[in-house]
Amino acid sequence: MEKFGFAESTKFDTYASRMMPREEFFTSGHRSCQGCGEALAVRWACKAIGKDAIIAHATGCMEIVSSAMPQTAWMHPWIHVAFENTSAVASGIEAALKVLERKGRLKGPMPKVVAMGGDGGTSDIGLQSLSGALERGTNFTYICWDNEAYMNTGIQRSSSTPFGAMTTTSPPGKLSFGQHTWKKDMVAIAVAHGIPYVATASPGYLFDLYFKVKKAVETPGPAYIHVLSVCPTGWRSATDLTVRLARLATETAVFPLFEVVDGRYRLTVQPPKIRPVRDYLKPQGRFRHLRDPEVEFIQKQTTDRYQLLLEKCQASCAEFVPVHVPEGI
Amino acid sequence: MMAHKKRLGMEVSIAVSHAVQLARAEAIAAYPITPQTHIVEHLSSLVANGELDAEFVTVESEHSAMSASIGAAATGVRTYTATSSQGLALMNEILFIASAMRLPIVMTVANRALSGPLSIWNDHGDIMAARDIGWIQIFVENGQEAFDHSIMAFKIAEDHRVLMPTAVNLDGFILSHVVEAHELMDQETVDGFLPPLVPYHKLDPAKPVTMGAFAMPELYTECKMGHQVALTNSYGPILEVWREWGELTGRHYKPVETHRTEGAKVVLLIMGSLAEVAETAVDTMRDQGIPVGLVKLRLWRPFPFADLRQALAGAELVIVCDRALSLGGAAGPVQAEVRSAMYPLAKKPHILGYAVGLGGRDVQPEVFEELVQLAQAEVKKGPSEEFHIYGVRG
Repeated sequence: MEKFGFAESTKFDTYASRMMPREEFFTSGHRSCQGCGEALAVRWACKAIGKDAIIAHATGCMEIVSSAMPQTAWMHPWIHVAFENTSAVASGIEAALKVLERKGRLKGPMPKVVAMGGDGGTSDIGLQSLSGALERGTNFTYICWDNEAYMNTGIQRSSSTPFGAMTTTSPPGKLSFGQHTWKKDMVAIAVAHGIPYVATASPGYLFDLYFKVKKAVETPGPAYIHVLSVCPTGWRSATDLTVRLARLATETAVFPLFEVVDGRYRLTVQPPKIRPVRDYLKPQGRFRHLRDPEVEFIQKQTTDRYQLLLEKCQASCAEFVPVHVPEGI
Repeated sequence: MMAHKKRLGMEVSIAVSHAVQLARAEAIAAYPITPQTHIVEHLSSLVANGELDAEFVTVESEHSAMSASIGAAATGVRTYTATSSQGLALMNEILFIASAMRLPIVMTVANRALSGPLSIWNDHGDIMAARDIGWIQIFVENGQEAFDHSIMAFKIAEDHRVLMPTAVNLDGFILSHVVEAHELMDQETVDGFLPPLVPYHKLDPAKPVTMGAFAMPELYTECKMGHQVALTNSYGPILEVWREWGELTGRHYKPVETHRTEGAKVVLLIMGSLAEVAETAVDTMRDQGIPVGLVKLRLWRPFPFADLRQALAGAELVIVCDRALSLGGAAGPVQAEVRSAMYPLAKKPHILGYAVGLGGRDVQPEVFEELVQLAQAEVKKGPSEEFHIYGVRG
């Protein structure tokens, strides 16, 4: 088993846009919708991952828009098998790489193993295989592209769909205000596995996303990154508002940007003043039907949860005792 | 060359894991399920003791076992897994993808009945539910065959003319948990027979490829045709590998084996370990002057049409002993297949089917003698259901 640990965060702290890599690993020509926040995040995540990597991808939006036989948008060695098993596929890749390295059959540096999936492929159908891979200490990075519903199949609700949102299977009606459950906290679930690196990221803050992905892939052991992927098609928002909405999600504390390194929380983007959630909900058609009581409920939940997060960032001890397995065992 | 004549008594599961060790499997992903457990337990200890240089991924389900196997095989290492029953059923979705991606994974299926009601005991319900996965599928009869085919399966699967995952079916408990005498091999001989894996394509940053792209209607049919052609064409290389093994060990294998079919008017047909019981019954009946023979189907996919037609050429009555059901259908899975194979022929035998040994129900030699009487009576009577579940009580 690989030794758990974490990359030195200070290593990545300087940045300027001209220093970002120009090489593209997720190329143009794919079929994503206009204004797709996910495609933007994928493109920059792939730059951060770098050349020496193997990517396993779950069925979903990003797989469908990028890999229509005989074309591909991926410059990495890339494999898609099914919807719910990406983490298991990545486990197999990681095991194979270990064997190849041990037997001297690996030419070049040890490739990073990265698994990617949407919120359905992560928090619903893929949760079991993800949990297994995290628990086994697989040396890989899992990135969840969270567009908050099953957009690829026609905007059905997932456990990651936010409270009150309208989807085709959580429609508002005489007896319903839309999604009636609170968004599943995937980050907390990942942290509960005691893995060395967990983070949230957003295409509205590309440097933050870039460095988190870099940190994650350089962390020995499992790493999990949850990326809010603005989806104009499913969110019923203007396509030119994608980056604005991503930033509003963080500015309203609906989607705070933070990382959990060896169980220690740290806010990576601190909005100077938290805006009301209404600013984030208003430009999105999926929340158009909400009345004041629902919006007030969302506001209260968001404020309380953000407060809890801030307290975790101030905590005197880590969320868990990191497991450092000595090498050679 | 007829070396290694020493025979060693051991549990068949241990012999299979020893074969996998000799084949130098490099990645093993498996989940515990009875009656496959002894195989992976033993492999796990071989890895833990450094006797097998492999990675053992202790996945959280069979679905993940097959998924991890795909990941490992796609990265270019020799990959093995084993399962049974519900585990095979849980893998089902991914089994089709493994073969469509042409990944040479080898899997032992310790055959067990499917729920419900839950039964841990042997029949072929599990693999018959996964009949159309597009894998090479082989059935073995005893421990020696299980050992031999576990090594040969790697050579077949990895052949660049084949590149197809291969399942070796052995009867759960009846085979997996019994102690038999095995003629084992030394590492040098196996190394000489089975060269290291040369991946046809793999996930490698030096030469990136996209695997598992989706197909629009313009391409899906062509992909499937490619799969059909590849699986059908694997027949030749399979026979080549078996022939080479025969020359090496003196143990020769054919897609369809026969026992005392010369001049046989009645032929029993079966797959798996019950064939040995049927042999005893056939010998007894022959001694009584009844012209009965036995046909054993070893290669289930690709289906050996020509071999089967040849083996059944002289028969007037074929009694197919199915170990699984196709509920609500016209016949058991093997019977349906045999019928299809014989239907185009101008002169075809009566083909009757009996499901025997379901969910671990014991099948004694007398059962086969009774089946012959039942079938002959049925043919005399004229048109009938042609398919029966044998031995239902009450």
